[in-house]
Order: sequence, then C-alpha cells, then structure tokens
Amino acid sequence: MDKRVNMKLLTDIFITFFKIGSFTFGGGYAMIPLIEREVITNKGWIEDEEEIIDVFAVSESIPGAIAINSSTFVGYKIAGRKGAIAAMFGVVLPSFIIITLIAAFFSKFQDNEVVKATFMGIRSAVVALILMAAINVGKKAIKDKFSAAISATTVILVLVADIHAIFAIIGGVLAGLIIYFTSPKRLAHIKGKGGEDN
Amino acid sequence: MIYLRLLLTFVKIGFFSFGGGYAMIPMIEREIEGHGWLNALEFFDIVAIAEMTPGPIAVNCATFVGYKTAGFLGGFAATLGVAIPSLVLILIISRYFFKFQDHPLNAAVFYGIRPVIAGLIATAAVFVSETAIFKGKLSINLISRLLRSPLDVLNLGSIFIFVISFIILKKTKFHPMLVISLSGALGILFFYVL
Repeated sequence: MDKRVNMKLLTDIFITFFKIGSFTFGGGYAMIPLIEREVITNKGWIEDEEEIIDVFAVSESIPGAIAINSSTFVGYKIAGRKGAIAAMFGVVLPSFIIITLIAAFFSKFQDNEVVKATFMGIRSAVVALILMAAINVGKKAIKDKFSAAISATTVILVLVADIHAIFAIIGGVLAGLIIYFTSPKRLAHIKGKGGEDN
Repeated sequence: MIYLRLLLTFVKIGFFSFGGGYAMIPMIEREIEGHGWLNALEFFDIVAIAEMTPGPIAVNCATFVGYKTAGFLGGFAATLGVAIPSLVLILIISRYFFKFQDHPLNAAVFYGIRPVIAGLIATAAVFVSETAIFKGKLSINLISRLLRSPLDVLNLGSIFIFVISFIILKKTKFHPMLVISLSGALGILFFYVL
C-alpha cells in the first residue's frame, strides 16, 4: 500500500517536472514562475515561497545547469532521494526527446522562419516571466536597507562590471558572515522575522 | 568507447561549470573541439537550436552534441552525463542543508545570498531583453540612441508581447505555460504573418 502511494507520488513528480521542462525557455530563472505555480500552488508540495528562493540560491552556487540543479533539489525536498531522481529525469526528458527528433529529422530547424518568429515571441514573454520572478524573489529577499544594497550592488556589478555570478554569490555569503560575526542584533532581527515578512 | 567518452566528458563539464547552462557553452565548445567531434560552425548551429527549443540549454546542447557525434545512444550518454553532477551534488548537499537549516549561521548566510539571487534574476531579465525587446546589447550608446530615436532600437512587437505577458502574469491566475504558448502564437503573428 505504502509503496503504491509512493510510486504514485514519484510518477506525479516526474510528470510535473516533465511539464516544467517542456516549457522552460531562456535559462533556469524563467522556470521559477512555473515551479511556483506547479509545486506550490497546484500541488502544495512546498508551502513556503522562501524555500524556492533558497533552492535557487543553492542551485546557482554549485556547478551544473541551474534548471537541473533546482528541479533535482525540489524533487528531493518533496520525496527525498527518489524524488530527486524522478524530478531530474522529468526535467531532462523533454529536451532529450525534442533535440533527438530535431537532430534526426530537421537539420535546418534554426533557419525556419516560423520557428524564428515563434521563438522571438516566446523570448519576449520570457522577459516578463523572469521579471516576475525577480519581483517575487526581491519581495522576499529584500527586508531592509542592507539587503536592498546587496541586490543593487549585484545588479550593477553584473551589468556594468560584468562579474561572474559565482563571485556575486560569494559576496552575498561574505555579507551574511559579516553580519553573523559583527552584528548579533541584526542577526536576532533576521531570525526573529523568519519567513513571516512581506 | 565513444559513448563512455561522451558520458565522461559531459560529467566533467557538469562538475566544472559554475553559473548555469550559458556558462557551460564555452566549455562544451573547448571539449568537442579538443576531441575533434564537431567543428565550430556545427557547434554554432547547435547552440542556436538549443536556445530555441524548450528545456535547459545545457541539456539541449549535450543531447545534440552527443547525437551528432554518435547517434541516439551518443545523445543519451551525453544527456545522462550532463545531469549526473547535478544529482550527485544535490544529494550530497541536501543532507547537510537540512541538517543545518535552523542554525543561525545558515540564516545569516541565506540573508546575504537571497538578495544576490534577486539581483541575478533581474540581470537575467535584462540579458534576455537584449535579444528580444532591444535590438542590441544595453550600453550607453544604445541608451542614447533610445532617447534620440526609440523606434530604431526597440522592437515594438516584442514590447507588446512583453507587456501583455506581464499583465497576464501579474493580474490573472492564468498558468505561465499558457502565457508562453500565447506568446509563441503572437510571435508568429507579428514576426511572420505581418
């Protein structure tokens, strides 16, 4: 009985991430609204939006594709090791099928005018999708002047100075450590607030 | 054996690339040229297709390179290879992540990282907009042209699709997948039919 329920959950995770993988364009961050909708709103597998942000924080901090890292991590959160494997195969399989078909049958896929036009349209919507993700994550992440300054610095350093994302993350870790070791008052404040902030 | 070499090459790429799929592309290029699997022109086409098709760009590239090099099983080996590092690393990390989740040091570190992630997502929006909404990379030059003659630098059809998508996402409960499908259809209308 238990095993069957488990299998059902794993199948559900696989199908959900198959759907998410089929609609991921423009890099891992465009997945955030999809994951939020499917995993939080529709399935209720994860309750707190903040958890999704931390999933992406971890996914961006380690090597590998952000899309696979984050899906695998969310799968793990839902159903442990097997959940991670189900989510990973789910998010990867659409790519594998579609690319194999294109490689086998449509060698000039990228030159097709209809394909180009479709993609141009999708890319425009992807900007909106990523912007929504930035706003939602920003609302959760920016709690005071200090965190607002970290966000602003990140944007400026990446856009203007062209620094690599991993250095921005290391900077964020250092900022957190500085608070931990120098400002117990602020730390108590952060902990006190927990996830209840707006 | 070619399948094993593809698998291991993509495992290596997965383990040593920071910053997501786009950061992997130069590394994939170096590897396939080093092995003599494909030439630069073929790879250029593969990246274009990987960007245009759904799914993580790293996986798309891996599957394609694998298929072109050694057929269906080659594609399978490369795809598995690029995904394995993620699985291994996540399984290792999550064990410790949940163990120390409530430690104050963890709270402080994530307090520092979260706003960075928000910033990185915002910059990702800018990078994608450079390939859709703006005709070119955002720079002082582009901004000054934008102020002089906006129509030269802005892609009106794209802006329309962007605004519609944003409003739908923000104001309605429609599924993001529906928004993506709609934007594809509008893309055909604006950039092919009209």
